[in-house]
Amino acid sequence: MKRFITCLLAAFSFAALASEGGPPLDKFPKERVTDVAALQNGAKLFVNYCLNCHAASSMRYNRMVELGLTEDQIKKNLVLATEKVGETMKVSLEPKQGKEWFGAAPPDLSVIARSRAGGGGSGADYLYTYMRSFYRDDTKATGWNNLVFPSVAMPHVLWELQGQQRAVFVETADPHDPKKVVHSFGGFEPITKGTMDKREYDGAVADLVAFLQWMGEPAQNQRVRIGVWVMLFLAAFTVITWRLNAAFWKDIK
Amino acid sequence: MAEMKEAPVGASLSVKTTVWLQNRFPTAFDEYRKHMSEYYAPKNFNVWYFFGSLAMLVLVIQIVTGIFLTMHYKPDAATAFASVEYIMREVPGGWIIRYMHSTGASAFFIVVYLHMYRGLIYGSYRKPRELVWIFGCAIFLCLMAEAFFGYLLPWGQMSYWGAQVIVNLFAAVPFVGPDLALLIRGDYVIGDATLNRFFAFHVIAVPLVLLGLVVAHLLALHDVGSNNPDGVEIKAKKDASGKPLDGIPFHPYYTVHDMLGVSVFLLIFCAVLFFAPELGGYFIEYNNFIPADPLKTPAHIAPVWYFTPFYTILRATTDPMVNVLCVIVGLAAVLNLVKGKGSFVVKAGLLVGAAVLIALMKTFDAKFWGVVLMGGAVVILFFLPWLDASPVKSIRYRPSWHQLVLAVFVVAFVILGYQGTQPAAPSGSALEILSQACTLIYFGFFLLMPWWSRLGTFKPVPERVTFEAH
Repeated sequence: MKRFITCLLAAFSFAALASEGGPPLDKFPKERVTDVAALQNGAKLFVNYCLNCHAASSMRYNRMVELGLTEDQIKKNLVLATEKVGETMKVSLEPKQGKEWFGAAPPDLSVIARSRAGGGGSGADYLYTYMRSFYRDDTKATGWNNLVFPSVAMPHVLWELQGQQRAVFVETADPHDPKKVVHSFGGFEPITKGTMDKREYDGAVADLVAFLQWMGEPAQNQRVRIGVWVMLFLAAFTVITWRLNAAFWKDIK
Repeated sequence: MAEMKEAPVGASLSVKTTVWLQNRFPTAFDEYRKHMSEYYAPKNFNVWYFFGSLAMLVLVIQIVTGIFLTMHYKPDAATAFASVEYIMREVPGGWIIRYMHSTGASAFFIVVYLHMYRGLIYGSYRKPRELVWIFGCAIFLCLMAEAFFGYLLPWGQMSYWGAQVIVNLFAAVPFVGPDLALLIRGDYVIGDATLNRFFAFHVIAVPLVLLGLVVAHLLALHDVGSNNPDGVEIKAKKDASGKPLDGIPFHPYYTVHDMLGVSVFLLIFCAVLFFAPELGGYFIEYNNFIPADPLKTPAHIAPVWYFTPFYTILRATTDPMVNVLCVIVGLAAVLNLVKGKGSFVVKAGLLVGAAVLIALMKTFDAKFWGVVLMGGAVVILFFLPWLDASPVKSIRYRPSWHQLVLAVFVVAFVILGYQGTQPAAPSGSALEILSQACTLIYFGFFLLMPWWSRLGTFKPVPERVTFEAH
């Protein structure tokens, strides 16, 4: 029995370790998903920087009226090419071209925030950390690497905003085997300045990720709002069925 | 042919309508009495008895939401993934319908597992309810098929690779395996042909069988009457008019009772649906938001939680495990020869049979035996009525240590389930041995039941059910 419990404990601690691969993820500031100004800024960043290569083929442009924009504003500021406001966010880059240029076709971003969740955090946490973890690496074809997604095909598209940084790796002795050394990440070091300081850049990425999170499920805020009313109704309904049941069952002796 | 009845002169419209209907469709009135107002159920049902009616509710939810999903879903490899997102975004109320269906799939298994557990603790499968149990097991099997076919339809990475793994299992069958897998897929890889046929199975073939089995399950139940937590036959004690003394009409008593169960169930169901529809990746796997890509195998392919206990049994069947099983089969046959009852010829025959089985186990791949054990884990449930040799039905009157045996079985099942959600344990690791031990406990619980279930001091079963007025 004792051994059984030890095994059980081992199983759970292993699971906790296994779910953690990769660097720890920073927490995405969740409140931005319900912040209209942040979502609008995120939409602008998304259209300007992401939509050139990545499509969001399930996302209709004019759905962004839910972010407090008018159709006219969307048409003027966010629909860049010849598309109509009722169309979805397609991209002119062919998957084949993408594969030739970057080595991988840029994925569709409609539900990207939902697909990146896992043991380490939510999909938004992943994207928030990922977009802030690009560093210069001359061994890669694009000159860029990423701490969260090693050898990623995408170059750092927002580098002009963030500036360039390098990753510092420190060598430490392996605690299990003193002969080996392990490389562990020791922090980023700026090389050149961007147009934004660190706080501004983190804020911009948070806005962009808020938009991606919203776009993954545009009904999510409405879902929670409706859910509260449904729960209130069901709670009242449960009281009624509870009393109804008691009223019928009082004759059963 | 009954005689035509006449409504009394000056009767109200509702009485006239009733008489009109009674003259033309008496069966409806007879069946209503037989199954509702004059179906006598034991009055001592406890909380475990909610799950039967809840399973019916979830079945209805799945059918109704399924119909609406079919109106917008496209069973085509090129458009299936996008059509699900179309339902989530463009179809009014589409996201509620889809989440009801995805939450309903998991809810169905939760409810059915608890319903089966109820049968297990109160001996509801014992004589005369063997057929009720067998129909129930067939429903469980259908449900697994339904869930498996349905899971391919969103055409995400987990849909695709989950189906790939399961269909490849059939390829492990000796001789016909590869052809069998080809027949199921309709192609050499999971593709458009597979999606189309799985859609056909999911929306019509399996639901038809499922509905038929549910009807058989209920009719057989109403013929023999419900069991209860005391395992007492209420039909043994009847009043002067022939009604069971401890029975109460299903309607209205259990209809209002089940309404209470339904409202509590819906509170939990809707909490998941509206606040955590993915339920941390257990109800909707995160990887399934990536469209199916035949060229990119995910690092970790995990089936949905309700299949994981059986998946772990499959993975636990390695070559060393097959050796252990060979030893167990051999020991069992020798033990039977030395200590078992019955003629020498039968015992010798069993010994030869065991030798053949061991030879086969060493001939075919361990993977094939994994498939056999995985299937056997479900099939063995069908035999439960004949494995249990306890003189009483309910766990209440069995020796206390039987509860411990049951608890060990439940813990083993939960560990098997948990391990199936995790990446495969390294070969020979403590974790793998744990999953193999749990597999042995799972089968040992059933196969040794004819022996352990009759041991111990049983408590006296009361004449009448135990019941305290609410």
